[in-house]
Amino acid sequence: MEQERLEQVFERIKNGDVRLVSRLIRNLEDKVPEAKEVIKYIYPYTGNAKVVGITGAPGAGKSTITDFLISSFRAQDKTVGVLAVDPTSPFTGGALLGDRVRMQNHAGDSGVFIRSLATRGALGGLSAAVEDAIHVLDVMGKDIIIVETVGTGQSEVDIMNNAHTILVVLTPGMGDDVQTIKAGIMEIADIFVINKGDQPGARKLYMDLMRALDMMQDLPGGWKPPIVKLESIAKPAEYANQVDSLKEKIEEHFRFLKDQKMWELREMRKARVQLINAIESQVLSPILELLQKDGEFDNMVQKIAEKEISPHEFAEQIRGKYLKI
Amino acid sequence: MSDRKLRIMVAKPGLDGHDRGARILARYFRDCGYEVIYTGCHQTPEQIVEAAIQEDVDLIGLSCLSGAHKELFPKVVKLLREKGAEDIVVIGGGIIPKQDFQYLYDQGIKEVFTPGTPLEEIKEWIDKNVKVEDRIL
Ligand SMILES: Nc1nc2c(ncn2[C@@H]2O[C@H](COP(=O)(O)OP(=O)(O)O)[C@@H](O)[C@H]2O)c(=O)[nH]1
Ligand SMILES: [Mg+2]
Repeated sequence: MEQERLEQVFERIKNGDVRLVSRLIRNLEDKVPEAKEVIKYIYPYTGNAKVVGITGAPGAGKSTITDFLISSFRAQDKTVGVLAVDPTSPFTGGALLGDRVRMQNHAGDSGVFIRSLATRGALGGLSAAVEDAIHVLDVMGKDIIIVETVGTGQSEVDIMNNAHTILVVLTPGMGDDVQTIKAGIMEIADIFVINKGDQPGARKLYMDLMRALDMMQDLPGGWKPPIVKLESIAKPAEYANQVDSLKEKIEEHFRFLKDQKMWELREMRKARVQLINAIESQVLSPILELLQKDGEFDNMVQKIAEKEISPHEFAEQIRGKYLKI
Repeated sequence: MSDRKLRIMVAKPGLDGHDRGARILARYFRDCGYEVIYTGCHQTPEQIVEAAIQEDVDLIGLSCLSGAHKELFPKVVKLLREKGAEDIVVIGGGIIPKQDFQYLYDQGIKEVFTPGTPLEEIKEWIDKNVKVEDRIL
């Protein structure tokens, strides 16, 4: 793309051209080469937005909380971008993206931009498009970017590593007791949210979580993740108040990161994940694609399955061929 | 080396709250390998159009059982045009009498499917009529 057009696109993103921004995110997902060029061009202008990650089991209430958080931030005149990530079906490649159902009340508010993304199965950057979309919304001028993912695998942890502040949503009676909370998810939480706190088991969950947090040794900078309880959307006014206090905790965490000089550490964490993802998608995936194209990959799989040749030997050959080491 | 994937929004404008059919359709589209954005019941044309643009969908499938399709469907097309998003294809479904079809076509609804249409037929229509290749910036 020529310089002049890149400049135009950049200006249009900055001016909040919704059609262009959503098409750009689409093209990033679809891996259209010129979309990546835009990211390269705008990257130096990123870094103004604060990114909040929200993760937890399906049905925990992440989208509902996001909806209320949008209102809470909007009440302070902060603009909000939302990226709601849902899994792609590994069998069909399709995806059913339903997070918006809970967020449709912000239509007509140009201070809010909401986008659903599917994880798309490809190796090399499950989260790459999400990262790039964060950059785009950042340059678009959104003050707060909320990223919702279903907290399961490594890719979700990767996505969460792009956030400054991570919320982990738990609910009583969903097998979410502290013992079973996936290792890795527990550690990344900056704030715990107990949602549906009016339901049986909420108190026990709270106590268990407190105990687990008390035992946690390594609290970087001395931040002990607070637990915020949200009760029931059946009482919307109260629920909104509770989400307001959640928003205050999020802002407290932002301030803590800045005061403790930990903001830079988070930026380094983001940068590390983004670099690894970029290498995966630009170095590893093309090699895999090449191997798959001429059937070499399948031949290798066959030989490995028949115990003829070990995977290491093939990997060494591939390294010798493509990396010359 | 791009990797295009069709994005479809399934939306229910109007007041009726029966979204079973819409959900079945949404799930079927997912199983066809499309990315489906579902926005729930009681959507205004404004909400539908804003979501469709933010989601950069290629197609909006509107489902209406309440009988208000003659106002609601054309309104969606009109709003898309106003926002410069007339390249998003709109189709309709639900309980729609045959004599309304021509009016809806004239208003820019590209196809109308009634209950009982085999889902495969809808997929065939989509694959033939909705192109994603030229979605440039
Ligand atoms: N009782 C109760 N239900 C809730 C609460 N928050 C969300 N829900 C319901 O839980 C279901 C899943 O919510 P959703 O926000 O879509 O969850 P997500 O999958 O984590 O994004 C919906 O039916 C919500 O109405 C809550 O605080 N209390
Ligand atoms: Mg959700």
